[in-house]
Amino acid sequence: MELLLDSLFNGVAIGSVLLVAALGLAIVFGLMGVINLAHGELMMLGAYTTYVTQLIFKLPILKPFYNSYIIVSIFLAFIVSGVVGILLEKTIIRKLYGSPLETLLATWGVSLILQQFVRSVPLAYGTGLIISLLIGLFLPTTFPSKIKESINFKYFKFSSWIFAALTGVLTGSVISSSVSKLSRASARNVDVTAPSWMRGQVEIIGTAFPKTRLMIIVITLISVIAITLFLNQSAWGMRIRAVTQNRQMSDCLGISTEKVDIITFGIGSGLAGVAGVAVSLLGSVGPNVGGNYIVGCFMVVVLGGVGNLLGTVLASFGIGVMTDLIGAGRLLSIWPDMPLPLSNTINFFATTSMARVMIFALIVIFLQFKPTGLFPQKGRMVEN
Amino acid sequence: MRISRRILAGLATASLAVTATSCGGGGTSGSFDDTVTVGILHSLSGTMAISESTLVDTEKMAIEEINAAGGVTVGGKSYKIEYIVEDGASDWPTFAEKSKKLIDQDGVPVVFGGWTSASRKAMLPVYESKDAFLYYPIQYEAQECSNNIFYTGATPNQQSEPATDFMYKRSPAAGGDFFLVGSDYVFPRTSNTITKAQVKQLGGKVVGEDYLPLGNTEVAPIISKIKKALPEGGIIINTLNGDQNVAFFKQIQDAGITPSSGYYVMNYSIAEEEISTIGPEFLEGHYGAWNYMMSIDTPASKKFAASFKKRWGADRVVADPQESAYNMVYLWKQAVEDAGTFDDNAVREALVGQKFDAPQGPVEVMPNHHLSQTVRIGEINAEGGFTILEETGVVLPQAWNQKHPSSKGFACDWTDPSKGEKYKL
Repeated sequence: MELLLDSLFNGVAIGSVLLVAALGLAIVFGLMGVINLAHGELMMLGAYTTYVTQLIFKLPILKPFYNSYIIVSIFLAFIVSGVVGILLEKTIIRKLYGSPLETLLATWGVSLILQQFVRSVPLAYGTGLIISLLIGLFLPTTFPSKIKESINFKYFKFSSWIFAALTGVLTGSVISSSVSKLSRASARNVDVTAPSWMRGQVEIIGTAFPKTRLMIIVITLISVIAITLFLNQSAWGMRIRAVTQNRQMSDCLGISTEKVDIITFGIGSGLAGVAGVAVSLLGSVGPNVGGNYIVGCFMVVVLGGVGNLLGTVLASFGIGVMTDLIGAGRLLSIWPDMPLPLSNTINFFATTSMARVMIFALIVIFLQFKPTGLFPQKGRMVEN
Repeated sequence: MRISRRILAGLATASLAVTATSCGGGGTSGSFDDTVTVGILHSLSGTMAISESTLVDTEKMAIEEINAAGGVTVGGKSYKIEYIVEDGASDWPTFAEKSKKLIDQDGVPVVFGGWTSASRKAMLPVYESKDAFLYYPIQYEAQECSNNIFYTGATPNQQSEPATDFMYKRSPAAGGDFFLVGSDYVFPRTSNTITKAQVKQLGGKVVGEDYLPLGNTEVAPIISKIKKALPEGGIIINTLNGDQNVAFFKQIQDAGITPSSGYYVMNYSIAEEEISTIGPEFLEGHYGAWNYMMSIDTPASKKFAASFKKRWGADRVVADPQESAYNMVYLWKQAVEDAGTFDDNAVREALVGQKFDAPQGPVEVMPNHHLSQTVRIGEINAEGGFTILEETGVVLPQAWNQKHPSSKGFACDWTDPSKGEKYKL
């Protein structure tokens, strides 16, 4: 019983990391069909946001709230990655809809730019830049429509960008002068330390579970529930699904597909940021952190069936449980006196690297029989 | 097309000018009779840049020190050392290509370079075919002995063997079972083969072994295996690389695998630099084994740390790989002065038997092109340094490991033409 519980928990723990990382991609790739190779780097931005938030919360004014910085950083990471995602959509991806190869190359280029950006720009000014983008992109949309329709609106837009730039520079220099660790650029990996209430383990029915893992599971659950509710219950969610199913028809019926694209891509990118927070709790934060997850993300989305959230959920937990089952040699402890050749085979695959090989092999075999994944998309869209 | 070519040419000249100006070795000038240019080849970009750039800093410092003390004296003439720094870009074929460039185009008499075993293996054929000389400063898995490479880092019998011995006999987990964890590439696998043979000899038991693919940070399956194999605590030998250590130590601490519950980790790739990145709070109470540790309390060690901080910033630390890099520049200088020429073959002969008062203590170049060194076992403390627990005497290097089944009974000796790379003892 304890063994089963332990194995199940491990599987869910590994799976939830995969799921939270793949959730954003499931939307961007699954619903919009955009192959976004910069997805990992959007995660990386989320991880760096956690790091910056942590340092800012160490300042004397915010010190009393230090323990809650991780919660705050989840929201900030969503905003930061979301804003960068929106900028990416507005400037590059919008021009490339319908040409997957070009999108692939362009987003790969973006991923390299983002990696180099965090290596060579001091994080304080990086934060300032994000704040400028946030204000520049959103301030004009808050103007009343009377101004928007006037001829002078471009001046308003222009001046709000100037205001945004100034605010960005100001925040950048304030942060840079108050937190010395953020004032210099460094290619070195940095470290996020979980607040004390999240370290150590809790005991549930006689088995001890690490708290950070539980936290990641909770983050994943909340993200999945929130995104499902958004897609199925809200008006914008309905519009997103409509555009996914038939773009031309939705356009004809008066849905602004341009706006839908921005929102979808923004949400997908924001979720990558949330994944970044989760990942920063497990390892170190560096420019390459996202690259380690991108293959896993695509694997989960493809296995689950492109365009299906439930498929993504099941695929990631499936892979998680399999990783634990094979990698830790669980079968041996369930059935200790199996015949020798069989137990030797299991032992051979019971290392992390061989388990990975085995899982990829199994996925390849599975996709031979079901090339569209666990839950293939049905209907008109597929025929197109 | 023509314009772009012209721009390219302009860029090339500009960058040449930049390299030329940035190559001046610094230090005093004017009182030298001539100059000699050496090559420095480490990764300045890519994943390895963080580690390897510290070696470039150290080698520059050693060269500046030598120049300030009058340079290299050969045949009554004093030479100022200048250097050309090339970027290996964390890409192994690039290391070979840049080596060719340094040897053929720049005509340097010696190259100081490399970090990963993969980069060394890529460079080795270049140096052997051109009969040039590479100085390589990192602790490595041995099982190699080239006439054209001089290895100043530790061989396994100068690091992992004394460490395993300490863990099994004298650590708080003495007599316990072993679990081996490493990144999946040549160094951890070779090192662990040696450890397994040694543990068997000592009468202990290795109850598990696992390798994490490079870049992977999911440690959960390894943790459940450790818990299953060592339910009551025990000894963990860790040869993980770089960032993977952060993931490993964060997650094992959360899972309750800590010194206070009886689990002690011995690390072969964590020096002062890595401790500050991972965070001492995750590492306190675990162990490390090195030839040099910053906390060595001798004037030579303190001077080395102090001049490095003075040259590169007060927050910088020195660690074992840097000390090896520092030693090799000085040993080359001594060998050149003894040989009375910069010629490779004469310097190579003069090199064997060179002694140097290194920051770690006295070292001597052995006939197998490795160094005799002192081994130290340290416990990681809350300040991010090592508390030195044990110090061996001088340990002679074994290029061919005597515990590894494939090389048992073999040795290497380049001073005797009948012996060479690998001969039977």
